[in-house]
Amino acid sequence: MYKGQSGMWSWLLHRVAGLGILLFLLVHIVDISLLGLGPNVYNEGIALFGTTIVRIVSLGLIAGVLYHAFNGLRITLIDFWPKGARYQRMMFATVLVLTIVCFVPMAYFVIAPVFGLPASNTAAGM
Amino acid sequence: MRISTGYGSRPTGGGFETFSWYFFRISGLALVLLVIIHLLLNHVTTDVACTSYQLIALRYRNPFWRLYDWLLLTLALLHGMNGLRIVIDDYVTTRGWRLLLQSTIGVLTLVFFLLGTITLITFQPVAGSLGPSCIG
Repeated sequence: MYKGQSGMWSWLLHRVAGLGILLFLLVHIVDISLLGLGPNVYNEGIALFGTTIVRIVSLGLIAGVLYHAFNGLRITLIDFWPKGARYQRMMFATVLVLTIVCFVPMAYFVIAPVFGLPASNTAAGM
Repeated sequence: MRISTGYGSRPTGGGFETFSWYFFRISGLALVLLVIIHLLLNHVTTDVACTSYQLIALRYRNPFWRLYDWLLLTLALLHGMNGLRIVIDDYVTTRGWRLLLQSTIGVLTLVFFLLGTITLITFQPVAGSLGPSCIG
């Protein structure tokens, strides 16, 4: 059975996250294209990313990216590793744990400036 | 929806759908690395508020980053738009609507690919007001 079990939720989350990431990608291609209109326009556009509301949206994006990435690896393992299907439930749990473990520190760096917390990432070059 | 058993779920018929199935997995593997490094560079080691014109100008002096971003653009766009094509395949059953929506996806993919590619190729930093910089 597929409906209602972990397979359904992993599939649904994968699809919803993927569509969300695609929507952001299209917006992102447009905001990067502002580079062609010069520094003032570009910097004004990119300044939006530093606002609290967009930082919160970014958290959702990062969570979606991490889940979609790890679950994508799980799907690939199910397809190519002969024992993949047998361990799919365990791998789904691993995907969720990895997503949370990677999300928490990244989220701190994204949200810290809102609360004036030290993140020491504002002076770094590249 | 079928569950992959690990046996026989891989498409073997050839043609576009088989190519698409492999493309999802191969581009996906590359994207895991490309996207996570991209996120770390622009949200963790550098705060997003500092990804200014000046930072891009500095970064794009090195063609490596243009190539990196172009790979990211191309793989993510094709992977994502192909995903959208599958979603529409799943939910839209009317022949006319499918044709209309799938064609729209094709056109949008081309438009966004060209917009991104042209931006990456033609970017030449303009001297003058570069705006805020956090580069210390």
